[in-house]
Amino acid sequence: MNYRLGMALALIVVAVLLLASTYERPPVDTVQRGYRGLGMVQVYDPRIVATKVAANQAPAPSPAQDPTGQPASAAYQNVKVLGDVDAGEFLRLMADITAWVAPEQGCAYCHDENDLSSDKLYTKVVSRRMIEMVRHINTDWKSHVASTGVTCYSCHRGRPVPANIWFTAADLTRPEGMLGNRAGQNAPAPAVGFASLPFDPFTPFLDQANEIRVVSATALPEGDRHSIKQTEWTYGLMMHMSQALGVNCTFCHNTRSFFDWDQSTPQRAVAWHGIRMVRDLNTGYLEPLKASFPHERLGALGDVPKINCTTCHQGVFKPLYGASMVKDYPELAGASPPAPAK
Amino acid sequence: MSEYQNIFTQVQIRAPAYAGVPVGGSPFARSGSGFFYWLGRIGDAQIGPIYLGWTGLASLTFGFIAFEIIGLNMWASVNWDPIQFVRQLPWLALEPPPPSYGLRFPALYDGGWWLVAGFFLTTSVLLWWVRMYRRARQLGMGTHVAWAFASAIWLYLVLGFIRPLLMGSWGEAVPFGIFPHLDWTAAFSIRYGNLFYNPFHMLSIVFLYGSTLLFAMHGATILAVSRFGGEREIEQVVDRGTAAERAALFWRWTMGFNATMESIHRWAWWFAVLCPLTGGIGILLTGTVVDDWYLWAVKHGVAPSYPTVFPHVPDPASVSGAPR
Repeated sequence: MNYRLGMALALIVVAVLLLASTYERPPVDTVQRGYRGLGMVQVYDPRIVATKVAANQAPAPSPAQDPTGQPASAAYQNVKVLGDVDAGEFLRLMADITAWVAPEQGCAYCHDENDLSSDKLYTKVVSRRMIEMVRHINTDWKSHVASTGVTCYSCHRGRPVPANIWFTAADLTRPEGMLGNRAGQNAPAPAVGFASLPFDPFTPFLDQANEIRVVSATALPEGDRHSIKQTEWTYGLMMHMSQALGVNCTFCHNTRSFFDWDQSTPQRAVAWHGIRMVRDLNTGYLEPLKASFPHERLGALGDVPKINCTTCHQGVFKPLYGASMVKDYPELAGASPPAPAK
Repeated sequence: MSEYQNIFTQVQIRAPAYAGVPVGGSPFARSGSGFFYWLGRIGDAQIGPIYLGWTGLASLTFGFIAFEIIGLNMWASVNWDPIQFVRQLPWLALEPPPPSYGLRFPALYDGGWWLVAGFFLTTSVLLWWVRMYRRARQLGMGTHVAWAFASAIWLYLVLGFIRPLLMGSWGEAVPFGIFPHLDWTAAFSIRYGNLFYNPFHMLSIVFLYGSTLLFAMHGATILAVSRFGGEREIEQVVDRGTAAERAALFWRWTMGFNATMESIHRWAWWFAVLCPLTGGIGILLTGTVVDDWYLWAVKHGVAPSYPTVFPHVPDPASVSGAPR
């Protein structure tokens, strides 16, 4: 009997240890945000935070250059976007973009080494458009990026292709046979935190402009026909945002009433603009580049790589913990200059 | 001392298997019986005899068909890969049709299988209910078990049949799947403005947790007086022995009131039955009568308001000139 009891206890201990190893160990830090008692609390594991802080440091800006007094358009050929920038600053920016985007590949990742001005490589064409996109974000999307702004590094982090991009998932609502319709969901999908929610919440909301709001705004039924299935899509998008920012629902919402703006945090409005910004960038900047991208850069359905919240945020509520790189690169914050005369 | 603080059954009775009262007016006979030691540790060591009957046979058949439809659809959704089927099983589902179909019968692949599986499963469950009812009558028992089961069936029918019917869309119903039905539940609450403000949901939770509390209290009380013969509960209803007296006195000392050896079982039965009964009412009212439970609760003074701690942020969509 004692032997059996011992064996049973040993088994239980092993099982508990195995189970415990799948959890984050205490202590965790909690940060109260809303009024007390509402559970509007952010939960942080200090060990994970330490890893994230280390991984989300902005690189030091390279030293400022003395102006040469000559605009880049005069010093170099085929400068279509940064032509009004001083040639010295232009060169500094080129060097830093290399460090931000293609540190291993160097200048030749975008430039033909025999003719730096040539548009032969697709990467140069894409880069030029991306610089325009950065300026567009910094001037027209202050509702989301404020004066902190973005640079190439915000998303690229030393990789020619940012680590977090997405492609439209193949339409799995129509199986080949008459069985096994996944209805766009019910798979362990990383995009939605391994829930069984719709695994591509990006295409309908961050590319197309489908309605995100599903909660009824009236106590009694007055014709709101949003379905539970629609809610699952919105839920999927929110799971993505939560993961992308490393926060839980209460960062933006008072979860007792998700829809009520009067009880939401100011961050919800910032996020609202962020959704529109990402949609604008995907449709206005990335998709028009489809013809420029080589085949291997496109998704299974032939679509361009697109961005979502994680592309820039990378698990942090403010990319790079709010460090502003753009203050050292005013040309990236400036308004797009008029199109150069041909 | 520790002999009485038992968790597992301490006594196993071994006698010739008891076949029960004769079965009348049925082509079926009870069949098969034997003893199994380990079952004896948690219940009666005698297994069987089992009486299947027409309703039992039909119920199992219909249930098996539903099980196969659901399982094969899940398996097909991972391209018939047996390893992925096992690995992804908790995520897999058979989804109801998209809402665009309304109450029409959709294509088989697009929710039609869900309707077919639902029909077979519902038939199976209802036949099992009939079987429970008839087996109880056959033994001259009351039909309390069948009516308790009916309460669960009520909730099941509200979720999968009655409410979708009233809403005019099969797409409102629950998918068959482990995680998917949980995600559905969360989405259901979000869509209708937080189910925690639904008073019938509140009642259902009261009866759910109340059931576990009552079960723990009752089980513990009877085990605690088993040394005085307390497990002979029904005898002690009319012939109170020292076990019943002590158990009653214990609760009167503790909280001033005690249920009786009889009434505790009515407490338990009603709590258990009312859990899905009230829950089903709550689900039925959602979307049909109330569209947002939080706003409903505000309107009726249920949801308190709290001081604001954040600067007021207007809905950006309501600000003119904002992007859509």
